[in-house]
Amino acid sequence: MTCDEAEILLHALIDGELDASHVREIEAHVAQCPRCAAALAAYRQMNQAIASADLSYRAPPALRRRIEAALPQPANPSRRAMLRGFALGSAVSAIAASGLVAIALRSDDQERILSEIVSAHLRSLQAGHLTDVVSTDQHTVKPWFDGKVDVAPPVIDLTAQGFTLIGGRLDYVGTRPIGAVVYKRRAHVINLFVAQTANTEHRAARTETLQGYNIRYWSDRGLNFWAVSDIGADELAEFSEKFEAATRANTEG
Amino acid sequence: MVPGRRTRAGRASAFSATAGQEAMPVSSNDSDKARRFREMALPYLDDVYTLARYLLRNPADAEDAVQECYLRALRHFDGYRGPAMKPWLFAILRNVCHAEFARRAASPAGAIDDVPEAPEQTPLWHEAQETPEAQMLRKRDAAAIHRLIDALAEPFRETLVLRDINNLSYREIADAVGAPVGTVMSRLARARAMLRSAWIAEQEQPK
Repeated sequence: MTCDEAEILLHALIDGELDASHVREIEAHVAQCPRCAAALAAYRQMNQAIASADLSYRAPPALRRRIEAALPQPANPSRRAMLRGFALGSAVSAIAASGLVAIALRSDDQERILSEIVSAHLRSLQAGHLTDVVSTDQHTVKPWFDGKVDVAPPVIDLTAQGFTLIGGRLDYVGTRPIGAVVYKRRAHVINLFVAQTANTEHRAARTETLQGYNIRYWSDRGLNFWAVSDIGADELAEFSEKFEAATRANTEG
Repeated sequence: MVPGRRTRAGRASAFSATAGQEAMPVSSNDSDKARRFREMALPYLDDVYTLARYLLRNPADAEDAVQECYLRALRHFDGYRGPAMKPWLFAILRNVCHAEFARRAASPAGAIDDVPEAPEQTPLWHEAQETPEAQMLRKRDAAAIHRLIDALAEPFRETLVLRDINNLSYREIADAVGAPVGTVMSRLARARAMLRSAWIAEQEQPK
């Protein structure tokens, strides 16, 4: 890596936006370049100073009142409902701030995401952490996600199609919370990870193989899906087709 | 209360161009929309106001811009499908602010402080015994940091504020400003380099 490249990328390093291979590259560069090492240290200090200075503003109460007055009033604005609205809003805000959308940025680096998905899958197979909520009932699993992730994944029972719903789990990909819906095919586990994406276009499913696991991923209506399992690519394709067909039936029917 | 009504009478502002036409009939549909809009957009009021303060550098203009931003956001809320709410609101706020910049540029009387040029000629890298950043950190001089950020030229100030004060990811910044992520990264690097130079310059010439 050259100093010119490092000059841009060390900011991405500080901001936690860099994928693993670039992190290694820039760390290697900084280790043998005193100038870039000094710059990195200086920028880190500067960032800390900015963060600790608390440079954000609070909107004046009068402005808030003016804006609220300009909005159409809810039919029965009970105080309780308003408070609930704000409580929900701030939870959503905190999660949005944690930047789930940033997954989209790194989707340039498709491979890194896929490898994190496989890691999450492997973790889930270790003792005792396959499911946070155990149920074969989609109406139990789906509400469980509410408030835990910023988008509740669609939970669809595919038992009749040969894929048994066994529960749901809150997982992490990178440092972001992400919903996982867990299915079984015979003795094999399928984890279906679902994350929000800024991109609303439909992207057809593709299959990749990583570390001996098949991953089938697609995008639909603003959601990214990754199904990962050790079952064969053909069976995983069948899973994603059945899932997508059932989703369509649900939304259209 | 009439939407868009000014509390500070007599202030002419391009922000209010569309306010006043906001006579919104309240049907149950609208009421549901208003409720969802409140839940989704109002929690970001402080963030939107913060960005407005840094873009316009004037509390009264910032208030007007934020109010206009929320009215526009509500009007376009039916078509809202993403990106995330915060970058979406920021993108609208930028449009409002840029309309205001255009208005100021068009009327010399209304022209206010020109953006002070950032010290672009200052060397990016500066070797010193004790880093000025360390002194700065000790002083925790928020006012000084604020002033130096305010002095950055617009696209750099905007990118730095979106990242370091509004805490947006690079992807979200790109969504908000309508530029590729690569542009965001180079602007951010430039912004921080200029801020660092200005910092160093200030340390060397104490007032």
